[in-house]
Amino acid sequence: MSAEVTTRTQASEGTRQPFGQRVRDWWNSRSRLEQWLMIIPVVVLVYLLPVMNFFPLSTEPWTDYELALFNAARLGLIALGLNVVLGQAGLLDLGYVGFFAVGAYVAAIMTSRDSFLTDPRYSWVVVVPVAIAITMVSGVVIGTPTLRLRGDYLAIVTLGFGEMVRLLADNLEPLRGNRGFQDVGGPPGTYANGSPIFTQGDGKPWYWLTVTFIIVILLLIGNLERSRVGRAWVAIREDEDVAEIMGVPTFRFKVWAFVIGAGIGGLSGVLYAGQVGFVNNQRFDVVTSILFVAAVVLGGSGNKLGVLLGALVISYLPDRFQLAPEYRFLIFGIALIVLMIFRPQGLLGARQRLLARGRQAYQRLVGKPEPVATESALIDSGKGTNA
Amino acid sequence: MALLELHSVSVAYGRIQALRDISLTVEEGEIVTLIGANGAGKTTTMKAISGLVPLSQGSIEFDGADISKVRADLRVVRGICQAPEGRGVFPGMTVRENLEMGCYTRRDRKAIAEDFDRVFELFPRLKERATQAGGTLSGGEQQMVAIGRALMARPRLLLLDEPSMGLAPQFIQQIFNIITEINKQGTTVLLVEQNAQQALSRAHRGYVLETGSVTRASTGKDLLADPAVKEAYLGVA
Ligand SMILES: Nc1ncnc2c1ncn2[C@@H]1O[C@H](COP(=O)(O)OP(=O)(O)OP(=O)(O)O)[C@@H](O)[C@H]1O
Ligand SMILES: [Mg+2]
Repeated sequence: MSAEVTTRTQASEGTRQPFGQRVRDWWNSRSRLEQWLMIIPVVVLVYLLPVMNFFPLSTEPWTDYELALFNAARLGLIALGLNVVLGQAGLLDLGYVGFFAVGAYVAAIMTSRDSFLTDPRYSWVVVVPVAIAITMVSGVVIGTPTLRLRGDYLAIVTLGFGEMVRLLADNLEPLRGNRGFQDVGGPPGTYANGSPIFTQGDGKPWYWLTVTFIIVILLLIGNLERSRVGRAWVAIREDEDVAEIMGVPTFRFKVWAFVIGAGIGGLSGVLYAGQVGFVNNQRFDVVTSILFVAAVVLGGSGNKLGVLLGALVISYLPDRFQLAPEYRFLIFGIALIVLMIFRPQGLLGARQRLLARGRQAYQRLVGKPEPVATESALIDSGKGTNA
Repeated sequence: MALLELHSVSVAYGRIQALRDISLTVEEGEIVTLIGANGAGKTTTMKAISGLVPLSQGSIEFDGADISKVRADLRVVRGICQAPEGRGVFPGMTVRENLEMGCYTRRDRKAIAEDFDRVFELFPRLKERATQAGGTLSGGEQQMVAIGRALMARPRLLLLDEPSMGLAPQFIQQIFNIITEINKQGTTVLLVEQNAQQALSRAHRGYVLETGSVTRASTGKDLLADPAVKEAYLGVA
């Protein structure tokens, strides 16, 4: 009798879920409507951030607040793209900056007066899909030979790809090396008085545009993750051989992850080039690539919101606290080490929800939100059907 | 016509020759077992059939067609599925999601639902654990997931690589009962085992593999009675 009581107490203590999981359970047990009612104010708040230029949010007077927000959002977009490759499919891509560079250069070539094209005055509305398409093609070109490699090899080859793009920018005459391209174009549109909306100096419209891209991509990728494609990625990440003998065409899905990630990287390159208005060979080095990886890993590889948070931490906080650039990497390094010791899964860890019908299916199955059992196997191994 | 035929198959890992000139057949409806010492090449044979390692020589025929050059994932579509050595359960997926991976290539929803019921009937424990993460299951439970997951592909040929590895005796008994049951329900089974006694007594036929070559092939009963097999694999002097 008393023994039974003790077991029960232990059990109820043992089933206490980690905080993140409890939040997720709580979230998943809300109805679709309730979820939207909570999401909308958050989104509104995110859109309002640029006009909340006051303490404690403001980064001024050291850094332009609106540009700081744009840069954080842009890194967020990059992190989201890299997360498809690294977080979803588990492919360690150290050359992601290469795709970012391809996007930026395509925008420069298509809109700058320094371009070798005879009439480089393409509308930004054309530039975006062309840049995304070209980066995706470069993703296929790089991915097809390298994705047959695994693990460390892939990391080394992609690292090489990132460097290759930079060296091409250095040495190919039409890419103009250090001189670069002036007056890279941005999105069309003018205010009532005729002055353009998107200018180098005003970060607000760039921020809003980038946030909008982020939201669209979040929705698209969210759907992809819940589909067969998303499942295949998780399976590949967890055990590639087994995924293959379950009938997953692993190579094809790895290329897909790589290509989708590349496209998003290219898009952020276009945004970057447009806002800065200038592209040369200086901003696409390995260190930048590592910074992208750091944002993903720090935030929580595989968790979309996590990687956005990671980007915010890596881009906005140093601006907010006026960290000198030369100390930034030192502090990131220390922060990453500390984090990997105490929270190896990143700020927000990933928990893949694979069931396509998610929430409802779980509730039908078990009548309550899905528990991820961390200890329960120990707790009641005695009471299962012992055959 | 046999369901599966290996014709003089050789496999090498770089300079290490893992399989030399292996030929074996599995008829529809049989349980065939492959026994042999550690490193004999049993897992390599399974991988070759599943398409995870390329052949350096020979060919594999399944259901009358040469599949030597067919991609691993397409072999699943043709009806070959494996529960690999060491189980290969996806640790971050729940039991149910693991089982769903088994029917990755299928779209016949109704039949899939039936197969879920069938697997949960064979392994009631899995039903209780449907929402538990694969990585937190016990070894035996993981083995159930691995077998159940392979069954979810509704394979014509089920490959089992050491399903009894690391299991408690009463669990081993249960797993072998289930293998026999699965076979009775119409699935052909190719079984790799260290537990030669059990495997040979359940199997219709068996092959003995020694350092990459088949050295004996006969019915399960005959192999059980074979003095050399007894000495080497059954622990009887
Ligand atoms: N990836 C590999 N690279 C190099 N050699 C390998 C590889 N995999 C297996 N081998 C070698 O091939 C031979 C056959 O290995 P295999 O795994 O098929 O043995 P097995 O019969 O399954 O053994 P066990 O009973 O221990 O599982 C062994 O000598 C092994 O060392
Ligand atoms: Mg083996």
